Amino acid sequence: MSGPSAGPPQAGPHPLGGSTGVPAGRGADIPGPPLWLLAELTYRCPLHCVFCYNPTDFARHEQELSTAEWVDVLRQGRALGAVQCGFSGGEPLLRDDLEELVAEAHRLGYYTNLLTSGVGLTPARAEAFRRAGLDHIQLSFQDSTRELNDFLSHTKTFALKQRVGDMLRDQGWPMVMNVVIHRLNIDHIGRIIEMAHELGAEYLELANTQYYSWAEVNRPHLIPTTEQLQRAEAITNTWREKLAGQMRLFFVAPDYHEGRPKKCMNGWGNVFLTITPDGAALPCHTARMLPGLAFPTVREMDLKTIWYDSDGFNRFRGTGWMQEPCVSCDEKEKDLGGCRCQAYMLAGDATAADPVCSKAPAHGVVRAAVEAADRGDAPAQPIVFRDRASSLRLSCGRGG
Amino acid sequence: MSGPSAGPPQAGPHPLGGSAGVPAGRGADIPKLAHGFRFQWEEAQQAHVLLYPEGMVKLNQSAGEILKRVDGQTPVDEIVASLEAAFHAQGLGPDVEAFLNMAEDKGWITS
Repeated sequence: MSGPSAGPPQAGPHPLGGSTGVPAGRGADIPGPPLWLLAELTYRCPLHCVFCYNPTDFARHEQELSTAEWVDVLRQGRALGAVQCGFSGGEPLLRDDLEELVAEAHRLGYYTNLLTSGVGLTPARAEAFRRAGLDHIQLSFQDSTRELNDFLSHTKTFALKQRVGDMLRDQGWPMVMNVVIHRLNIDHIGRIIEMAHELGAEYLELANTQYYSWAEVNRPHLIPTTEQLQRAEAITNTWREKLAGQMRLFFVAPDYHEGRPKKCMNGWGNVFLTITPDGAALPCHTARMLPGLAFPTVREMDLKTIWYDSDGFNRFRGTGWMQEPCVSCDEKEKDLGGCRCQAYMLAGDATAADPVCSKAPAHGVVRAAVEAADRGDAPAQPIVFRDRASSLRLSCGRGG
Repeated sequence: MSGPSAGPPQAGPHPLGGSAGVPAGRGADIPKLAHGFRFQWEEAQQAHVLLYPEGMVKLNQSAGEILKRVDGQTPVDEIVASLEAAFHAQGLGPDVEAFLNMAEDKGWITS
């Protein structure tokens, strides 16, 4: 899919573990169950979004799991205690067994979520999903204007996506709308909110871009100025009051500008389990970039062993892996040192403090990116669209 | 991960109904789960949970017992009576109503 899925890197709207509940995941010696199973069914996608969170080397991971393999994953996940199941991608509608997988997930007792660009979602297919027991659809938009939506996705899909939104509203689906926010669309935020309201969304996630994968490649084009962000947040707050009781608005904090790290994935190997199209089990969408960590695939190992016993899932659980300044930080339990992938990308060390943190030794890298945006520095490279040729070029020499 | 809590930020008790500060009774109201919400027992967590788009609330025992009886057909009075019978207790009405008010404010149920 083009937009973020549930859960960071682009944070999802509703963390597991509610206000009257016991916090999800125990944080003690024995991890809790993987409450959230994200099935990234395919990296194929009709869109070519410049901020896509799929790995830039996706073209080297094209051996998709079969229907039977996915059904087995769903069963194992449910037996481990997973309650939320997200079907994502790429564009999950490109799997013609999606209805079958949704039906199986529903039968197993998952709450089922479809995370889609809407491209390929016909009324007949939406009805089939209803019969299969699909609970909820998250629809991603790129912008409130045809011009920018079509530019960012490198397709002519704006009118189509609007029709899909209308159709979902008319069919009475609970709908969350997700829009990735960045320098090119952030000044349209008021109109984006209006559009979501007109399409009948119950919840709008305004996901400030987080710089992973394709968004990292395109960061100089996407990072907004501090002033743009402040203006957008103020506009969002005004609309939040205006639409109280009709549509809930969530403004995902942009960690580059905030100086505080996020508790990425609500803790490494704590509640989220992502299965990639080729079957790798990961604690987040992008963890496969980290060197020296082995993430088994569901073709080699059962999910229970992967979740509880694999090195990949245990390496960054808790706080034992930390170095200074995290070790002696009084906020270490709150943010768990931030994001391991960001530490690796920006500081070259997956055990470093997340450089978005103002206390991190490498924080200057993040400040420099924000300051370049604030000055309006022209990006050195042209914008790169997410497509197979670019993927092969960007991952050249990495093998795979 | 960063994110809002399960309920709206302004969650709080409903305005008091009576002039003497007594909450308006809702004994005849028939509560039901809100659109898109699902309630079920989770063996792995040994708890009832409330599921909604991309989220979950793990319920304590009393919240689970109350919501188990919220089926869109049973009035609050009967829910209270059923709980009092099941737990050999009396005077549960105010606690049940307080919970249902909170659940409604959070958008979990409607009536």
